[in-house]
Order: sequence, then C-alpha cells, then structure tokens
Amino acid sequence: MSLAEFDIANFVPQMIGGALIGLAAASLLLLNGRILGVSGIVGGMLTRGQSRADFLWRWFFLLGMFAAGVVLAQIMPTAFGVAPFQVGTSTGSTAMLVVAGLLVGFGTRLGSGCTSGHGVCGMARGAPRSIVATLVFMGFGIATVTAIRLVMVSGT
Amino acid sequence: MMKIPAIAFFCGAVFATGLAVSGMTQPMKVVGFLDVGGAWDPSLAFVMAAALGVYAIAWQISQRLTRPIVASAFDAPKNRIIDRRLLSGAVLFGIGWGIAGFCPGPALVSLGSFSGTAVLFSAAMLTGMFAFTLIQRRFDK
Repeated sequence: MSLAEFDIANFVPQMIGGALIGLAAASLLLLNGRILGVSGIVGGMLTRGQSRADFLWRWFFLLGMFAAGVVLAQIMPTAFGVAPFQVGTSTGSTAMLVVAGLLVGFGTRLGSGCTSGHGVCGMARGAPRSIVATLVFMGFGIATVTAIRLVMVSGT
Repeated sequence: MMKIPAIAFFCGAVFATGLAVSGMTQPMKVVGFLDVGGAWDPSLAFVMAAALGVYAIAWQISQRLTRPIVASAFDAPKNRIIDRRLLSGAVLFGIGWGIAGFCPGPALVSLGSFSGTAVLFSAAMLTGMFAFTLIQRRFDK
C-alpha cells in the first residue's frame, strides 16, 4: 500500500472490532477482576485443583465465545475466511495445520499467554513480560510467514 | 452466585464479536499482517491499537479500586521474571501462528462456523495445551 492510498476510513471495522475486544477485556477486569487471556482461561480449566467457581466462569466465557461464533457465522459468514493451510486440501496441508495447532497450544501455555493476554491486557498495563513475549511471538510469526512465502515462491 | 459466570458469558460474546468484526477470524488476513516483507496488510495493527487504548483506560481505573465491582478480588499476574520458559513459549506460539494464521481466541470463535479447518486446528491446539498441563509440574518449582 502506498501512502496515497492510505485512508483511515478503510480501517473503521478494525477500530470498532478492536474497541469491542478492549471493552470485553475491560469489563472482565473491572467487574470480575479477571484477565481476558484465552490461553489462560482454557489452561485453567485443564489444570487440576481448580475450585468450582473458578471452573464455572471459565466455562461460561468460552461458551459465550462459541455461542457468539455460531450466531456470527450465520449473520456475517464472510468474517470467517480460509486459512493458508486448509484441512483436506492435501496431506501436507492437514499436517501443517495440526503442527501449527500443537505449537500454538503448547507455546501459549509454556509462555503463559497469547495475543489477548500478553498482546492486549499485558501490553496495556505495561507489563515487561508481556511486552517481551508479544515482540517475540510477533517476530517469529513474521519470520515464519516470510520463510513460507520464500519456500512457496521457489517451489513454483 | 450466577452473576460472575453471566458476566463472563457476556464478555466472551463481546470479545468474539470484536474478533470477527476486526478480521482476526480470517487467517489469510492475519498472515497478510505478518507478511511485512511481502504484500503487507497493516490493517490489523488498528485492532491492537484500539484494544490497547480501551484496555489501558480500564487498567488505570482498576488501579484506583480496592476490589472489582462484582467479584471479591483482582486476580493480577505477579510474575515479573523474563525467563527461558516465557521466551521459548512465545517462539513456539509465533511459529504456529505464522503457519496457520490462527491464535487461540479466533480459533475458538471460528468453531462456531463448524469449518473443518477451524475444528482440526482447535483440536490440535487444545491437545497442545493439555500436553503442557501433563508436564507442567516440571516447570512449577
């Protein structure tokens, strides 16, 4: 994109969506005192020794996400786009998808956070751990996408 | 006390809507955002900027409260050490994110579309999370 094409109006959906993400995280913090970090919320359900109340709010948060997802898929289906590696396109594609899922799941638990917990909540409160984690996962995300593009180009 | 789970449900739904509206549930768009040396699509930077702006205000408000409005206490992360565990986790996550264009939130919201890709990715992701739980004791000193 050249600078002449830059029009802030093109980014209105991104700003509205981002504000909603911030609003959801803000409400969870100010009302329930919890951090909106998806990997942490799921991880807390997979860990033994949680109280019933702790398990319940996590379950309801995920249920809210899923229920909204079902409705959104009906009213704005184009919001759910294809992935670079789609299931069933080829064995390699399916394998890449599984490897990516395992890396995202294991990595976010090992690193105690993902895009929401570190990238939004942690960064906004200036937590050094979250700032470092976000720079690292963004950096490796960029490196991975670049590497895949270069392999694809040389392969064709 | 059903208030806390009800609020959590509402927050999950608003969060999911924000992800879908912003384009985070389009893996190709996420990959385009990370492809800074190629056909870079910077639009998702505005998602993060808007979310950070709103949450930063909420964080400042929370610092003036002794307790949250509904629950009895704030659950704030206390760990401040940047260790190998944090860094290697972020590295693995970044690689997986770059391959698939899905991070945990958008993957779980996309389950609502029942696409095979979202279902398989999420199943693998939950397996990875559970695998960590199995070996977690090694990290908790």
